[in-house]
Amino acid sequence: MSEVKKYATREGYGAGLVEVGKKYDNLYVLDADLAEATKTNMFKKEFPERHIDCGIAECNMMGVAAGLALTGKVPFASSFAMFAAGRAFEQVRNTIGYPHVNVKIGATHAGISVGEDGATHQCNEDIALMRTIPGMVIINPSDYEEAKAAVLAAYEYDGPVYLRFGRLAVPVFNDNPDYKFEIGKGIVLREGKDVTIFATGLCVSESLKAADMLAEAGIDAEVINIHTIKPIDRELVVASAKKTGKVVTVEEHSVIGGLGSAVCDVLCEEYPAKVLKIGVNDRFGESGPAVELIHKYGLDAEGIFAKVKEF
Amino acid sequence: MNNDELKQIANEVRKGIVTAVHSAKSGHPGGSLSAADILTYLYFEEMNVDPENPKKSDRDRFVLSKGHVAPALYSVLAHKGYFPVEDLKTLRHVGSYLQGHPDMKGTPGVDMSSGSLGQGISVAVGMALSAKLSNESYRVYTLLGDGEIQEGQVWEAAMFAGHRKLDNLVVIVDNNGLQIDGNIEDVCSPYPIDKKFESFNFHVINIDAHDFDSIAGALKEARETKGQPTAIIAKSVKGKGVSFMENRAEWHGSAPNDEKYEIAMEDLKKAGEALCQK
Repeated sequence: MSEVKKYATREGYGAGLVEVGKKYDNLYVLDADLAEATKTNMFKKEFPERHIDCGIAECNMMGVAAGLALTGKVPFASSFAMFAAGRAFEQVRNTIGYPHVNVKIGATHAGISVGEDGATHQCNEDIALMRTIPGMVIINPSDYEEAKAAVLAAYEYDGPVYLRFGRLAVPVFNDNPDYKFEIGKGIVLREGKDVTIFATGLCVSESLKAADMLAEAGIDAEVINIHTIKPIDRELVVASAKKTGKVVTVEEHSVIGGLGSAVCDVLCEEYPAKVLKIGVNDRFGESGPAVELIHKYGLDAEGIFAKVKEF
Repeated sequence: MNNDELKQIANEVRKGIVTAVHSAKSGHPGGSLSAADILTYLYFEEMNVDPENPKKSDRDRFVLSKGHVAPALYSVLAHKGYFPVEDLKTLRHVGSYLQGHPDMKGTPGVDMSSGSLGQGISVAVGMALSAKLSNESYRVYTLLGDGEIQEGQVWEAAMFAGHRKLDNLVVIVDNNGLQIDGNIEDVCSPYPIDKKFESFNFHVINIDAHDFDSIAGALKEARETKGQPTAIIAKSVKGKGVSFMENRAEWHGSAPNDEKYEIAMEDLKKAGEALCQK
């Protein structure tokens, strides 16, 4: 078996910005002293005059982005998820969300896979926060290819978009000619009849591996990539829940307010079903190598397999 | 337009403010009245704007960072012809396009939604930066409260504007000396305001907010200043023009009842008549 390529989705963000930036000269990138880490330095190298470092001042950066958007430019404001969605939450709500300004927020280093930096930098709340803002689109790509596709889709969409990326290198599996990214459309990666696993971000590839393990244990799991958490693909969520009758959600985010909650919001209205939410339980993260943390928190294939098998 | 004409317009703007806030039974008359002359000058003399074409791309931009004085902005916009003066009475009513704080989606002439303090200045900075990036000639103005500058984001924005040498940006601080909880010096003093902006690489001008020559001179100086943004610290009187509201913190965020409304309108009527006799 050939070696699986691994890249972090933040690298897809950087590469996507360069690709889309080549095509559209009104694309601007803002950063808050993290260009190396967010990978916007790739864009900076290519288009230094369109890369604006705002310094360590995320709240101001969101306002500056709104000002650029209101005067015809398409800014991608970049920082870690903790600061983009956390520190600058109210700026994003009032200065970007309320006036529905065409700002794209590129939030990297989401979730516990930040790793060694520990709990202060591991944002497990950003999806929950962003979901409460009317009109905000939330995209959480599952691999490098999807991250690149999401950048283009976000650019082409008129309105605020929150893009969530990770630090950890994860398998690339969307590099096939049939792959198509559409905001708000989930992707069925594996059909099954016993249980549906709705996954997002780096948990998608882990869920696919878990499904292989489940198959060996006699459980036929359907795996669906929910890259867009808002607006969520209601039709697909309901259809698959009806088909399997058993729903699992997997995300590298708090079990409060993220994908699991979004799926439950749909199902409780349209097709009540038993749902198992796998994610970061109601607790803060901690320091450690990302892969070890993902394992400890039960978000790798082994952890997902164990929980789904018992469900 | 001569100063007497500007004073007449500002007096009508003040009537609109008092009428709107009275009709809403809530709102912020004190800071609206202190900002009335500056806003009048900006929209009637300084800025390149057209009420017939509120979105024209080369217009000068204005962001009301102290968004709670929306009644002043609405009254100026109405008197400039963006929408009927009569509509000021719908302020804060359900279904009105005149929201408690500015809503760019619903109100003609409003360039940015604002109201959460400290955020508007960043948007103004972004607009000014945008003009620089694409070599456009429009200028950007923003009005802040002197209490508002207690917000840390104001200084993030000031640092960025100074660093980027945004000489197409004018930050005006309405220095009426009062905030909700009292005198700004007692609550958490922002003084010296001029030296703070100077140290963030702004060109700073201190003026009398109710003197049109002073306002005109400062804005001209701002236009002539290159390589630096300008901050105008405008010493003003909270509640200016309404006898019982002047310099009283309690009129920051409360509306006059019917009786007080009559007194306020009488004050402004007399002021208007005095101007006519000149």
